[in-house]
Amino acid sequence: MTKQVQQLDRVVIRFAGDSGDGMQLTGDRFTAGTAEFGNDLSTLPNFPAEIRAPAGTLPGVSSFQLHFADHDILTPGDSPNVLVAMNPAALKANLGDLPKGADIIANTDEFTKRNLQKVGYDANPLEDDSLREWRVHAVPLTSLTVTALEGFDLSKKDAERSKNMFALGLLSWLYHRPTEHTISFLEQKFAKKPEIAKANIAAFQAGWNYGETTESFSVSYEVKPAQLAPGVYRNISGNQALAYGLIAASVQSKLPLFLGSYPITPASDILHELSRHKRFGIRTFQAEDEIAGVGAALGAAFGGALGVTTTSGPGVALKAETIGLAVMTELPLILVDVQRAGPSTGMPTKTEQTDLLMAMFGRNGESPVPIVAPSTPSDCFDAAIEAARIAVKYRTPVYLLSDGYLANGSEPWRLPEVSDLPDISTEFAVKTDEEFQPYVRDPETLSRPWAIPGTAGLEHRIGGIEKANGSGNISYDPNNHDLMVRLRQSKIDGIDVPALEVDDPEGDARVLVLGWGSTYGPIAAAVRRIRKSGGKVAQAHLRHLNPLPANTGEVLKSYDKVLLPEINLGQLALLLRAKFLVDIISYNRVRGLPFKAEELAGVIQDVIDSE
Amino acid sequence: MSDTLNGKGLALVPKTDAKQTLKDFKSDQEVRWCPGCGDYAILAAVQSFLPELGLRRENIVFVSGIGCSSRFPYYLDTYGFHSIHGRAPAIATGLASSRPDLSVWVITGDGDALSIGGNHLIHALRRNVNLNILLFNNRIYGLTKGQYSPTSEIGKITKSTPMGSLDKPFNPISLALGAEASFVARTIDSDRKHLQSVLREATAHRGTSLVEIYQNCNIFNDNAFEQLKDPEIRDDITLRLEHGQPIASASKAVVRAANGGLDVVPLAEAGDRVLVHDAHNPDPSVAFALSRLDEPAFEHVPIGIFRQVERPAYDTLMAEQLEEAVAQKGPGDLSDLLMGGDTWRIG
Ligand code: SF4
Repeated sequence: MTKQVQQLDRVVIRFAGDSGDGMQLTGDRFTAGTAEFGNDLSTLPNFPAEIRAPAGTLPGVSSFQLHFADHDILTPGDSPNVLVAMNPAALKANLGDLPKGADIIANTDEFTKRNLQKVGYDANPLEDDSLREWRVHAVPLTSLTVTALEGFDLSKKDAERSKNMFALGLLSWLYHRPTEHTISFLEQKFAKKPEIAKANIAAFQAGWNYGETTESFSVSYEVKPAQLAPGVYRNISGNQALAYGLIAASVQSKLPLFLGSYPITPASDILHELSRHKRFGIRTFQAEDEIAGVGAALGAAFGGALGVTTTSGPGVALKAETIGLAVMTELPLILVDVQRAGPSTGMPTKTEQTDLLMAMFGRNGESPVPIVAPSTPSDCFDAAIEAARIAVKYRTPVYLLSDGYLANGSEPWRLPEVSDLPDISTEFAVKTDEEFQPYVRDPETLSRPWAIPGTAGLEHRIGGIEKANGSGNISYDPNNHDLMVRLRQSKIDGIDVPALEVDDPEGDARVLVLGWGSTYGPIAAAVRRIRKSGGKVAQAHLRHLNPLPANTGEVLKSYDKVLLPEINLGQLALLLRAKFLVDIISYNRVRGLPFKAEELAGVIQDVIDSE
Repeated sequence: MSDTLNGKGLALVPKTDAKQTLKDFKSDQEVRWCPGCGDYAILAAVQSFLPELGLRRENIVFVSGIGCSSRFPYYLDTYGFHSIHGRAPAIATGLASSRPDLSVWVITGDGDALSIGGNHLIHALRRNVNLNILLFNNRIYGLTKGQYSPTSEIGKITKSTPMGSLDKPFNPISLALGAEASFVARTIDSDRKHLQSVLREATAHRGTSLVEIYQNCNIFNDNAFEQLKDPEIRDDITLRLEHGQPIASASKAVVRAANGGLDVVPLAEAGDRVLVHDAHNPDPSVAFALSRLDEPAFEHVPIGIFRQVERPAYDTLMAEQLEEAVAQKGPGDLSDLLMGGDTWRIG
């Protein structure tokens, strides 16, 4: 039977299963195949904080969404065209996101009476009529896998484990994904257990063949490669890009990297990644707590290292006092905050933009700290270098505000030429004929000398007590304190940040939609929709939140209306209103999830219509 | 012989040929402790000890937390970092583990090290970074004007405990031994010779050395260690710990107890049962038992080096991993790193 092949310009697939079902791996592999094939793509993993929530329950559902297309795309997609549901819980947890008419591939083996009851299904939804508005493909994934692996020396349980690879094979057939890559991946992953490797490969191929032969799938789909800018690409997550950016910053600043960190979701992957690259002279120190992580990084910075600490909101709260010390001692330090849903423990694996005001103000005293926020997973690379540039040049701690969505999401990244990366090196202070003054300031940057131990003639003492400008001696002089407060503020205010760019193709939009951080993708996708339907809207995205680009106020004031979507209750809006007296229209949702393009397009349209 | 026991503590720190004196280590800052404070004696002892090491002054760093003692770095003409409350061991760990060419000292007090910074202290000790930690124990909060501290005796009447403190004090030596510190010693502000002899061993030790210094706060807790200074009784209650020597005071001796612990008996009764001190014993339990001898307090107080054992320093191990990574795969190359994943070319 020859099957029909249908062309699509884009597809959104969601793999969903129990957290033990290997959905993240399945999604990851499908992504690798898709990247290799040359589609543009964007991914959104979504998993519970518990390592293994009770099997088969709603809290235990783990999913991975992938959007791929024959053109450049900006988000992991609003709603899936295909849901792979490995059990009833996965179906129930995700059905609400599934538009009518979408495909559901359900693993019928898991739709047992017990599993159905666990999630409150009275009847089997695959058998009653409740899913009639979707296209359901009932596939006994588990038993097909077990049958396919009959010849292997495996327990039934081990054989069942390969069902995710069967599903991957089926989906790979359905969307014409290349297979070589997955096969060689499995060979490598299970190099020490060749039997398991062979079984997984067999399951993967059986899934493919099943698609080819079964009547349950009469159509397969093709999504042509995308025409992206020429270059060498790889798929990269935000955390990995951020780690690479820090390594690049170390190379480009010629400073050894010292990471002091305490494990915390969703930032730990940066610690893991950096600890693998000791060849670059990187020291990674897993500290006893968050405070020691930043303390050790600051100590290393005093010694001339590029000091970095990585954490998430609860960790930032603990580090605040040490960050104040870094402000006072005017030493370079990079503070990576991969924001997550709060307050308190909140929802560790869910995303949010709620640490902005903490980064701005969350310390005692007048304690300004620059803030850089990456906008996409791959932008984490450049943003890390930018944060390091500011830290080193201005001798200041710098916040790098990523979030859970950027950290775990991935996209193709056009690799930069190393020779194009900025030189961010600096000079340590050296002995001159004049008496050394640790708090004498560079007239341009207002930064003080970085005089590292081991330099003869520059012995000096620094610390958290107020210093006399110039000499650095302890000073309680009222006027000196006022001067120092203002100098520290002026130094940060004077940081050279690029102007805010506005995307307004025809230049006659009256509504500006502004964003910062990870909302870039959904906002840009929404703006495209508006423009496609003939609407006019300008877009600008802030990467530097402190200081703001010099033209920010001017940009805001040149539009009738400024809309600012944020995954918080209006933190940047508060700052902009206070600073520029502009009546910002906020759009806020704090659901632990990124915005959807369609949702934002609706909001933008409403603002345009209210003109 | 091992690195720890043969004076390699500062082997990686550059030396100077120039002759140094106490004056070279005095900064131009006015010393601002209360007149009569024990800190003066410790400062003078350290300043006059440092020339003996013959290190380049610029390779010495003093890091402190918060408290009276933490003002110490300002008064030494070396590099110094007066940090925040309790965090000095963490800051010093970052510095010392990335710069093995530095002699890094931590100056801390009983509140700084054992209360707010307790976690950092025990982890520094277990890691064994190359640090000298001097813990000035005056059994009181001085800088905040006289509240009881984590080493104050139970029932201490202070501003915050008008009816007496309720919590059992820490014994810093027991705590350090419990954290399996590789070098643990106790000395006293008033005995410069002993203090310097302990510093000599502490600096020779590669790894973390913890030196508890009994320090008199004459304003808020005067005479806390008077028994050890009183010529009438001090020789009777002080048990000098010297490796390879019997542990005894003028009139008492330490012997093994029937229950497996230690006992203090009149010297005359001890005979050949007197315990010989073995600071190099890998098993810390005898040292721990010694640290418990002065419970309740000041009947007999061991002074000296409780424990001094060989254990690889954290900074050395960290540096070795970097070297090994380079030896295995060569130095890192940024282009290779970026291109290292599954890449594809367009155009
Ligand atoms: S308060 Fe006590 S410890 Fe502090 S300086 Fe005065 S005497 Fe010394």
